[in-house]
Amino acid sequence: MLLSMEHLRKEYPNGKIAVDDFNLQVGRGEFIAFIGTSGSGKTTTMRMINRMLKQTSGTIKINDKDISKMDPVKLRRSIGYVIQNIGLMPHMTIQENIEMVPKLLGWSKEKRAEQAHKMIELAQLPDDMLKRYPGELSGGQQQRIGVVRALAADQEIILMDEPFGALDPITRESLQDLVKHLQEDLGKTFIFVTHDMDEALHLATKVVIMSQGKQVQVDTPENILRHPANDFVTNLIGEERLIRAQPNILSVSQIMLKNPVSITPDKTVDDAIELMHDRRVDTLLVTDDAGVLQGYVDLEDINRITDPHTAVGDFTNRQVFFVKADSLIGDTVDRILKQGVKNVPVVDKDKHLVGIVTRTALVDIVYDALRGAPEANEEPASPINADIHAAATHDEGGEIPQ
Amino acid sequence: MKDMGLLSQLVYYFSHNGMYVLSQFNQTFLVSIYGVLLGAIVGIPLGIWISQYRRLSPVIIGIANVIQTIPSLAMLSILMLGLGLGQTTVIVTVFLYSLLPIIKNTYTGMLSVDADVLDAGKGMGMTRFQVMMTIRIPLSLSVIIAGIRNALVIGIGITVIGSFIGSGGLGDIIVRGTNATNGGAIILAGALPTALMAIITDLVLSFIEKRLTPKTSSER
Ligand SMILES: Nc1ncnc2c1ncn2[C@@H]1O[C@H](COP(=O)(O)OP(=O)(O)O)[C@@H](O)[C@H]1O
Ligand SMILES: [Mg+2]
Repeated sequence: MLLSMEHLRKEYPNGKIAVDDFNLQVGRGEFIAFIGTSGSGKTTTMRMINRMLKQTSGTIKINDKDISKMDPVKLRRSIGYVIQNIGLMPHMTIQENIEMVPKLLGWSKEKRAEQAHKMIELAQLPDDMLKRYPGELSGGQQQRIGVVRALAADQEIILMDEPFGALDPITRESLQDLVKHLQEDLGKTFIFVTHDMDEALHLATKVVIMSQGKQVQVDTPENILRHPANDFVTNLIGEERLIRAQPNILSVSQIMLKNPVSITPDKTVDDAIELMHDRRVDTLLVTDDAGVLQGYVDLEDINRITDPHTAVGDFTNRQVFFVKADSLIGDTVDRILKQGVKNVPVVDKDKHLVGIVTRTALVDIVYDALRGAPEANEEPASPINADIHAAATHDEGGEIPQ
Repeated sequence: MKDMGLLSQLVYYFSHNGMYVLSQFNQTFLVSIYGVLLGAIVGIPLGIWISQYRRLSPVIIGIANVIQTIPSLAMLSILMLGLGLGQTTVIVTVFLYSLLPIIKNTYTGMLSVDADVLDAGKGMGMTRFQVMMTIRIPLSLSVIIAGIRNALVIGIGITVIGSFIGSGGLGDIIVRGTNATNGGAIILAGALPTALMAIITDLVLSFIEKRLTPKTSSER
């Protein structure tokens, strides 16, 4: 592990316990976002990583080395540090600001200058800005410099404490893109404190939700949206955001009905009619003995058969549109809706029939996501295996082999 | 001399005692400078020190404040008891009076440095000493020099009064003028150079203050 924090606890001299039993393992190239209410201990936790604060107990290791045994000054030079109020030196040029840590590390003048040019390019700012002073730059430009200054000495880990909190939304977004690029393309590891949930969900590979010094939930953005650990997390995320996010986090299996009406090919037309009557459906899914989806038969097909002893398998429609249980609703909904079918069978990875998705349930979710308005958890319309028309093959659904 | 106008009397005095006035001018100037220099040597580190250990600041600034409230003539007299007549006593008095403006300005200058800039400096791996030399002092230098400016103007005034206890300087000329009948011109001959000195040192120091203030814009 690049960074490991174990049983961290921080008690301030006034007795305030700011962080309690904090544990986190951070791999190289991860983007960790700390989020929580104000005063939940995010800054305190972050500042223990570069020993700006000393933990009361617990250990922090970087590359398996206990940082409390390192020289704090050397440690800090090896970790990027970006704060909300930017903290550029007002009396130094942009170049001098960028060269700060390289200079502390004793790099040669030429190497430093070369790095400054590289960094200003990385920040997507004009090269002649190097000669300017921070006061002559806009807030967004200053923080771009703040960000690249933090990696001018090839720091691997970069700590950021609400770095974009004071910027307007558009500037913030472009800076988010910058740090995302640094993480994804340069493999930098970020520990990022924010109070902006959208920012955390957008940037992070792992979100750490904190409340009153404790970790409430630590997981990927998807999992946090999918399974908020408790009401605190739900509130923090916000009902609206949860609903909006649903198509992108809910899988088909979560909204499907798990009792599809199915029949095996060896059954007769009589059996089929009886089953349809009992379950009040006009379509039956056909599966083999192992439960693998074969196709479907509907009332129309059955009407055409005159011999009641004909086997279902003899007139099964083998072209059936289906979706996989683990696919995301957001990825499949368009295709499902475009097929114009009422219901879609759901299969697992081995094509076993596991459920059925009704068009109504789908529409409800998409509609809520668009409106962002919470709606009572309505039961989807009655489980009728109706209207499963043959459909073209594509990557989510498919054709049943004969 | 009695029949001449004040201005021509003054011109007459300068033309006959020019070198004397100049040497008294120098003397006053040097005594003030020595006192303020000592004040800076002691006051700046003290100011820095109490900005790091804030709990001490009320004590130190309080003491400097008390010194300031003692009338300068009284202070000179008290010190004279221990140090005797002469320049040393005046230099020590100037030193004591320059402490307050220098300590206070150094202290406020240090504290006015943006906490975020300091945090960034430390967080990026500067040692305490590097933070002091490359951030704190450059960014508070202009405020510190403003304190020295203040101290020097106060110091010149005290030095002039100091001639009462035998330190010489422009004060001597003024005292002589007050003792002479119709000594108005002589008083002026001492007072005008004193005022000039105060104004010039103030101008020079304000120039230095501007020069030493770190650039924060490429346009200047
Ligand atoms: N120097 C300090 N002394 C005492 N308490 C502090 C100090 N710094 C922070 N705290 C307290 O510790 C808690 C966590 O603070 P912080 O880590 O800054 O929270 P966050 O960054 O999540 O807003 C807060 O209750 C705060 O008031
Ligand atoms: Mg904070």
